Amino acid sequence: MTKQKEPIAYELRLYIAGKTAKSVTALANLKKYCEEYLKGQYKIEVVDLLVQPQLAEGDQIFAIPTLVRKVPEPIRKIIGDLSNEEKVLVGLNIRPA
Amino acid sequence: MTKAVKKTQLHHPLLPKTPTGIIGLDEITEGGLPKGRPTLVCGQAGCGKTLMSLEFLIRGAMEFNEPGVFMAFEEKASELTMNVASLGFDLDKLQAEKKIKLDYVHIDRSEIEETGEYNLEGLFIRLGYAIDSIKAKRVVLDTLENLFSGLTNQTILRAELRRLFQWLKDKGVTAIITGEKGDGNALTRQGLEEYVSDCVILLDHRVINQISTRRLRIVKYRGSVHGTNEYPFLIDEEGISVLPITSLKLEKEVSSKRISSGIPALNDMLGGKGFFKGSSVLVSGTAGTGKTSIAAYFANEACNRKERCIYFAFEESPRQIIRNMHSIGVDLQKHVDKDLLRFFASRPTLYGLEMHLVAMYKLIKKFKPGVVVLDPITNLITVGSVSEVKAMLIRLIDFLQEEQITVMFTALTLNNIVNEQTDEGVSSLVDAWILVRDIEFNGERNRGMYIMKSRGMKHSNQVREFIITDKGLDLVEVYLGPDGVLTGSAREAQKLQEQTGQVLRDFAVGSRDREIMRKRKVLEAKISNLQMEFESAEEELNKIHQQEELVKNISLNTRKEIANMRKGGTEDNARGGKK
Repeated sequence: MTKQKEPIAYELRLYIAGKTAKSVTALANLKKYCEEYLKGQYKIEVVDLLVQPQLAEGDQIFAIPTLVRKVPEPIRKIIGDLSNEEKVLVGLNIRPA
Repeated sequence: MTKAVKKTQLHHPLLPKTPTGIIGLDEITEGGLPKGRPTLVCGQAGCGKTLMSLEFLIRGAMEFNEPGVFMAFEEKASELTMNVASLGFDLDKLQAEKKIKLDYVHIDRSEIEETGEYNLEGLFIRLGYAIDSIKAKRVVLDTLENLFSGLTNQTILRAELRRLFQWLKDKGVTAIITGEKGDGNALTRQGLEEYVSDCVILLDHRVINQISTRRLRIVKYRGSVHGTNEYPFLIDEEGISVLPITSLKLEKEVSSKRISSGIPALNDMLGGKGFFKGSSVLVSGTAGTGKTSIAAYFANEACNRKERCIYFAFEESPRQIIRNMHSIGVDLQKHVDKDLLRFFASRPTLYGLEMHLVAMYKLIKKFKPGVVVLDPITNLITVGSVSEVKAMLIRLIDFLQEEQITVMFTALTLNNIVNEQTDEGVSSLVDAWILVRDIEFNGERNRGMYIMKSRGMKHSNQVREFIITDKGLDLVEVYLGPDGVLTGSAREAQKLQEQTGQVLRDFAVGSRDREIMRKRKVLEAKISNLQMEFESAEEELNKIHQQEELVKNISLNTRKEIANMRKGGTEDNARGGKK
C-alpha cells in the first residue's frame, strides 16, 4: 500500500544477450535481492542486446550480463551473474561497504 | 622490386591480401595484410600504433572503398578525430558518410564490480552491430589490453579474447589489434601474440645519439613471403611512409644520354658532353673551393633545360644559397618561382640517417626531379659513422639510378686523413668524381680542378684552374712550366711574360721581314735593269740580222733582174736555153 507513495529510488537496467544460463541466473538473483532489500522502491528494465544491439554503446556495455544502476547517481555497473550477494549489495550501494 | 613481387604472386596465388594504402608497407608485406584475418601491431608507447591502424582504416575507406570500424579502448572519438585532423583526414566527414565508425569503449575499474560468471558478449554485439551498420570490411581494436586493466578475471578474459579473434575471422573482416610492448622479449604485455598468429608487425622507436628513428619490422606473416628487415618509417603531415630499401640488385637501366654540367669548360673535360644521365657525381674539395657553386651551376643548368631539380642542403639555408649564387651571376630564384627547383634544407641532426633517406625518398617520389643535389654529404657524418653514411648513400644512389635521376654530391675534405676516408667511402659508388683543391703557391691560394674518374667516357687528365668571377665559373688551363704548376697571379705573370716575349718576337720578325723586303726590292731592281740591258742587246742583234736579210734579198732580186735583162728572152727561152 505504501509502495505507490514511495518514490522509485532505484532504477536498474540489466543487459543480457539472449536467454542464456548466465542471464537467467542474473535476473533471478537480481529479483531476489531487490525483493528482499528494495521492496517497492525499484524498477528493473531488461535489455536484450540481441534484439537492440544499438543500446550497447550508450551504457558502455562490453560484458554480459551487466547490471547498470541508473538511479541513484553515480552510475554503477556490476558485471557477472550476480551470484555473490554481498558484492551486489555493496555495488548497488544498498549496504555500505 | 615491385615487378618481381608481382611476378611471384602470379606464379603462386597465395593467400588473399588487403592493401593498407600506407606508403611502402604494402611493398614490404607484398600486397598488404592477410585478408579476413587479424594482424597484431605492437610496440612501445608513442611508436605510432594507433596512427598506423587508423591510417589503415582511413585509407581503406577513402582509397579502397572498404568501410572500417575503429574500436578505441584508450582515446575518445573526439580525441582521435583531433589527432588525425593534423594529417589532413576528416574523420567526422567519413563518419557522416558511413565509411568509418568510431566506437569508444570506456572501461573504468572504479565503476565496475564483478560478481560471478560473465562473458564479453556485449563487446561482440557492439562490434557486430558497428560492422553491420556500415558493412565494414576492416576493423581496428586499439589497445585491447586495456580490458585487462579494467577487469580482474583473467581466465574469462583470455578465453573471451580467443573467442573474439575466432569471431573476427568468422566475420571475415581484416582486423588490426594493437598491443603495448611488454617487458623483456615479450611482444605484448598480455601475450596477445598467442592469439593473433597470422601476422605480427613490430613498431619501434629508438633513440641513438639523441636522434630518434622509427622502425618497423614484420615479425611474422604466416603463409606469405615478406621483407624481414627493420625498415625506417616516417610520420609526417601525410601520415606514415615506410621505406623498403633493400633491393641491391645491380640490374638498373642505363642511359647513354649525356647532360651538361653547366660549366662548358668542364663539359669539355668530360669528352665535350658532360655527365651521363642517371649517373652519380661526387664533387669533393677542401673548404671554400667552390663545391656549392659547382652544384648550383649544375642545378641551374638542369632547370634551364626545364628539368626539375631538388637541392638538399645540409649546411646553408635556401635563401643563403640563392643570395650567394647571385654573386656569381646565377639566378636560382626564378627557377624556384617556376617550381622547377626545390630546396629542402635541414640540419643533419634533425633526424637519423634513415629518416633523412625516407624524407628524401618521399620528396623525390613526389616531385620527380631529373637532377638531385646533396650538399654536402659529409655533414651527415655528424649523425652516423662513415660506414653508415656509406650504406645510406648506396641505397640512395641505387634508388636514384632506378629512377634515372642524376645526382651530384658534394663532400668536404677537412684534412688528408679524413679526406681519404670520406672520399673513398663514396668514391667507389659514384660514376664521376671531380676534385677541387687548393693550390697554394707564391703567397696565394688558388683553386685547381681535375677529374679523378669518370666511368665510361673519355675525360681530360689535366689540372685546370678553377676561377670564380662575378660572371660565373670558368676553367682555365694552368701553366705547367719548369717552375711547376702556375696558377693565379703567377699564371697571369707568366702570361704577361709570354705576351711581352710575343711582342718582342713580333717586332724582331717584323724588322727581319722588312730587311728581306728591301733586299728583294734591290734585287728586283737589278733584275729589271739587266733584263732591259738584255733586251736592248737583243734588239741590236735583231736589227743587224734584219739588215743583212734585207741586203741579201735585195741583192738576190737585183741579180735575177740583171740576169733576165741579159738574156732578153722569155721564160721558156730561158728554160730551153738551160736545157
